[in-house]
Parts: sequence; structure tokens; C-alpha cells
Amino acid sequence: MEWITDPWPWYVAGPLIALTMFLLLLVGKQFGMSSNLRTACSALGCGKAADFFKFDWKEQRWNLTVVAGAIIGGFIASNYMSDNTVEINEVTATELSQEYNIDSAGEAYLPTEIFSTDHLNDPKILLILLAGGFMVGFGARYAGGCTSGHAISGLSNLQLPSLIAVIGFFIGGLVMINFIYPLIF
Amino acid sequence: MRYLSYLAIGIFFGIVMFKSEAASWFRIYEMFRFDSFHMYGIIGSALVLGVIGIQVIKRNNIKPLGGGEMSLKPKEMGVPRYLIGGIIFGLGWALSGACPGPMYVLAGAGFPMILIVIFGALLGTFVYGLLRSKLPH
Repeated sequence: MEWITDPWPWYVAGPLIALTMFLLLLVGKQFGMSSNLRTACSALGCGKAADFFKFDWKEQRWNLTVVAGAIIGGFIASNYMSDNTVEINEVTATELSQEYNIDSAGEAYLPTEIFSTDHLNDPKILLILLAGGFMVGFGARYAGGCTSGHAISGLSNLQLPSLIAVIGFFIGGLVMINFIYPLIF
Repeated sequence: MRYLSYLAIGIFFGIVMFKSEAASWFRIYEMFRFDSFHMYGIIGSALVLGVIGIQVIKRNNIKPLGGGEMSLKPKEMGVPRYLIGGIIFGLGWALSGACPGPMYVLAGAGFPMILIVIFGALLGTFVYGLLRSKLPH
């Protein structure tokens, strides 16, 4: 049964992500996972506060449906198709353990030191997750897309703006992990 | 029927994200430390096939099921919004270890703390909407 629970290597996953994009194109939509956040804001009534959310969100219900599917997919994969551990490079795992006391690499899917519900009363962890999410939401809309919209859809369509955005994603990510992590963790 | 196909594509995408470990905080950390080829392989191979497939679609003028046009609109040119917005997104991606697709996948996989990240993302989207006219694009 190991072939079911084993993680999929990159050369299986990458082509399947490309397939996801083509399936969406085939049904007349575009692969981009952050636009649903705008749709959700609009559905929650944010149109009263800003024109950016004043549009017929019902026409965009399809991206909320894709989100519902992604949630179900996560449930299926974690419960029936995975042992929920992630093996990373040993050097990285040792570094995480020594520098940040994160010892759950190889034992969990997400670091329990951050994502365990034991931290619900830890203001620092809550702030990290909230700030991280905030920048993802703000940055994705400002840049007009996220990893799927720019790094996959946009670059596949040879869009220069997407290349600029992806360079931005990596500048931000590298700065966060290499310079800001040592200050906050 | 159309909505059923969107749902099925979402389920497929969720399984791929989880099984490839692209939804794991550990993989994102490892990627930004350049310690593994895994994430670069995923994005790179998706991209190579994506570029080829989109060229095939354009050259053969392939239409979506049920007619209409393929959603391949050119993106509006500009630099500040893509660069500044991109950097802010990257900071958040690395801080939370999640981007907009995987955060929903993780919610389904049973990590309640990810709901804080999703709430933050909604809040960030809302604040962008409020400040939009004051930001350089």
C-alpha cells in the first residue's frame, strides 16, 4: 500500500498541475487561486466599503466551487492517501531543529511547533499566521495573482508582468526566510 | 453540470497539492533555502508543459467546451504593482508557508490553525481594495 501513501515526486506533480490549468481552460476559466478571495470579500458585502468589490460576484461563483473542491481534495488526500509526514533534506531538518527548535520535520505535514492548536493562546504564533495571511492576500491582489495565476498561468502564456511578479515572490520569500526568520523565530 | 466540473477540478487540484507536498510549510522553507529541487521541479515541469500546451492551443485556435474564447487575456503591463505586490506576497508566502491554493487544501486536511491564515488573506484582500486608488500600479 506504500505506493498510495508515498508522496508524489515533482515529475508527477508538475504535469498534473499543468493538467489542472488545461482542464480549467477547457471549461472556459483561468487557473488562479487567489481571485476567490476577492469574490469572497464581495459576497461578504465589502462592496459597500470599496468599489473594488462592487461586481456581480455570483458570476464568479465558479472559483468558490474550485475552492470547495480543493478543501475536499485536501480531506481525501490526508485521510486516505498519505501518512501525513514530509521528509525534507536532512541538512534543512537539522538546521530547523538547531536554529528554531522546529523538530517535527519528517514526523508531520506542517510543523507542530507552529500549526498545533496548542498555540491558540500564543499571541506570537497567531500574529505570525495572521500577518503571513494578510501579506498573501494583500500582495496577491496588488500583484494581480499568486503562484498559480502568475508562476503557472501567466508564465505559461509568456506574460512579462507575470515574470516580474514571480521575481517579486522570490525576493520576498528569500528575504523572509533568510533575513527575517532569524529575527522572529 | 458545469459546477460539478469545477468541483471535480478543485478536488483533483487539492489531491495533487497535498500529495506533492507543495502544501507543506516544510517544502516552502526548503525551497527558499535552495536545499531541494522538489518545488523547482514541480513549478518548472508544470511550466514547460504549460508553455507548450498554450502554444498548441493558440496555433490551432482551440476553443473551450461549449464555445467562447480561452481565458488567455494578456496581462496589463506595469512594474510597481507586480514587483511590490509580488514582494509582499512572497514575504507572506514564506511567513505562513502557504499560498492561496494550499491554504484551502490544508483546511480540508484538518489543520484548524490555517483558518487564521485564510482570515488574514481575506483581510489583506479587503485592505487592498480600500487602498487601491492610493497605491502605485
